[in-house]
Amino acid sequence: MTARIVSLLFDGFAYGMLLFVLSVGLSVTLGLMNFVNLAHGSFAMIGGYVTVMLMRSWGVPFFATLPFAFLAAAVAAVILERVLYRRMYRAGELDQALLTIGIVFISVASAAYLFGTTQQPVELPAYLRGRIVFGDFSFGVYRLFLVCAALLIMVIVVLGLDYTRFGAQIRASVDNQRMARGLGINVDRVFSLTFAIGSGLAGLGGAMAIEVVGLDPNFGLKYLVYMLIVVAVGGLASIRGAFVTAAMLGIIDIFSKYFVPEIGAFVLYAVMIGLLVWRPAGLFARR
Amino acid sequence: MHKFVLGLGGLTAIALAAGPAHAQGTVKVGLIMSYSGQFADLGTMMDNAIKLYVKQHGDTVAGKKIEFVRKDSGAAGTAPDVAKRLAQELIVRDKVDFIAGFSLTPDALAAADVLTEAKKPGVIMNAATAIITTRSPYLVRTSISLPQAVGTLGTWAVKNGTKNAFTMVTDYGPGIDSEQEFQLQFKNGGGAINGSVRFPVANPDFSAFAQRLKDSKSESVFVFVPGGEQPAALAKAFAEHGVSPKSMKIMSTGELVNDEALKSMGDAALGMISGWHYDYNLKTPKNPEFVKGMNEMLNGRNPDQFAVTAYDGIHLIYEALKKTGGKTDGDALMAAMKGMAWESPRGPISIDPQTRDIIQTIYLRRVEKIGNRLGNVEFDKVENVKDPVKERMRAEGKLTDNGLAK
Repeated sequence: MTARIVSLLFDGFAYGMLLFVLSVGLSVTLGLMNFVNLAHGSFAMIGGYVTVMLMRSWGVPFFATLPFAFLAAAVAAVILERVLYRRMYRAGELDQALLTIGIVFISVASAAYLFGTTQQPVELPAYLRGRIVFGDFSFGVYRLFLVCAALLIMVIVVLGLDYTRFGAQIRASVDNQRMARGLGINVDRVFSLTFAIGSGLAGLGGAMAIEVVGLDPNFGLKYLVYMLIVVAVGGLASIRGAFVTAAMLGIIDIFSKYFVPEIGAFVLYAVMIGLLVWRPAGLFARR
Repeated sequence: MHKFVLGLGGLTAIALAAGPAHAQGTVKVGLIMSYSGQFADLGTMMDNAIKLYVKQHGDTVAGKKIEFVRKDSGAAGTAPDVAKRLAQELIVRDKVDFIAGFSLTPDALAAADVLTEAKKPGVIMNAATAIITTRSPYLVRTSISLPQAVGTLGTWAVKNGTKNAFTMVTDYGPGIDSEQEFQLQFKNGGGAINGSVRFPVANPDFSAFAQRLKDSKSESVFVFVPGGEQPAALAKAFAEHGVSPKSMKIMSTGELVNDEALKSMGDAALGMISGWHYDYNLKTPKNPEFVKGMNEMLNGRNPDQFAVTAYDGIHLIYEALKKTGGKTDGDALMAAMKGMAWESPRGPISIDPQTRDIIQTIYLRRVEKIGNRLGNVEFDKVENVKDPVKERMRAEGKLTDNGLAK
């Protein structure tokens, strides 16, 4: 029984970490910049396709593709931010939602046109496949990698926001734009960069997610719900909140599907509703 | 101007070819398929197969030109009213003579009443729930009723010494059909069902279910998942939990082991067993030419079952028109289709005259290395398989002479 519980906890935590990597960027853009970016999943998809194409066409090893996945999504984000998003910062939330959901649909159609409608499998190196066995316990190797990567990203983002000069500039720009400008901070540049980093993280998440959840043109739409749950329940702008929520959701999902599979699919949403009723602003809301 | 002149020339040519004796006519075929959305890949396969058939057989049958009107049911799987509206539009506005396609069960069910009312034949090229054809006397199917494949697999498993099984299916019509059929045939043969789970339709992570399967300590498992990203995700969860064909007999329908899924599963898939009606590796007389044609249409991709069932659907329409001499009366066309038999790329198939459903061979295959890639290799087959669900209905007197549910 212990082995089973440990195994379920591990699987749930690893799944949660995947959700975290996918959503942390959204937590940054939606939470810090107050911009409703429903196209977050599309940036994740860009990362996914970059990894697949690099691996397939040029035989680049999986790990070496990850920086490119980050960069490609970040560059795409900067272009979109400069051209479209910037005009919408002051617009209402509904306008932002409409614009970005439109971008999602465009991304779905473009991906189908460019890469076809099929699943895009990746073939991971042998050392990332299979599982490690310790006596009664066994862990999927790729899931261990997910957990480590997520923890690393979490530490980097939190340290970056709280302890670097750039992090301070982001916080200042968000809290009081006029004051920040007055102090000589180039707010436009800060926002562009923040947006790029948030979307780059999405691209990284997309690349890392293929092995677990696959990749096809609908990626941007399919996982949007999970991303929004993580950010909403965690509390906007809270990286720690997103981390705790993602881990919790992953574990709850796995446990409920294991022990009560008949209603397993609903438990996650029931918990989400309960938590939001209890704390409407999210578990770790700052304001 | 150039175009206009060309057009005029074309028209004259047609008029000359048709001659004065009989008026030039067209037969319109409406296609309701998912060209976009989650199931867009079905649309890609089916549409290209239809184009291939027309390329090979010409666009004129019995003196009539075949014209296609394509409608995208997109995400209609979750909103069947879309398919119903499209069917109405096709009949009322486009005046089509056939409606074909129907990627998903809800689409076909939603259009059934419209077809009955309009007396227009509907050719189901994919939707695979057993009962669909009992909903309208104008529905005919060239794809598969899932229980055909699943029942055959269940019977085979228990005959070959498998004593207990666990079942895992996706929680919707075709999944529940499969679960019931497998369990029924497995128990009929004296096997025991160890347990079962149903996956939610949207389910990114299967590890909880894989763990449950492992803990059930079953000798074998039967799995049904729709295509898309799920086959690979499920297979990876199996591999991570030490469930492999080496430790447990893994049986499924064709979706779990299709080409794309095998690519992302890798060697973990070796030894998986499936019961299905088509594979591009099949050694039937007509398959090589079909595969070659589809490879050209799809830039080297291999056709799957969606392609072959659409190809056969168009064949059925062409042959029915030949039989009626180009007449498009709905009842005459239905009569022409009933009992029709032909050699498909998947082997010999026919249309059951009572149920209007397909009768076909179910192949039992195992995943093996073919050269340096994985493929499904046939090791046994059962010929002339009818839909077992409707056969039971017939035996219990619950089916009318016209194949409708009483």
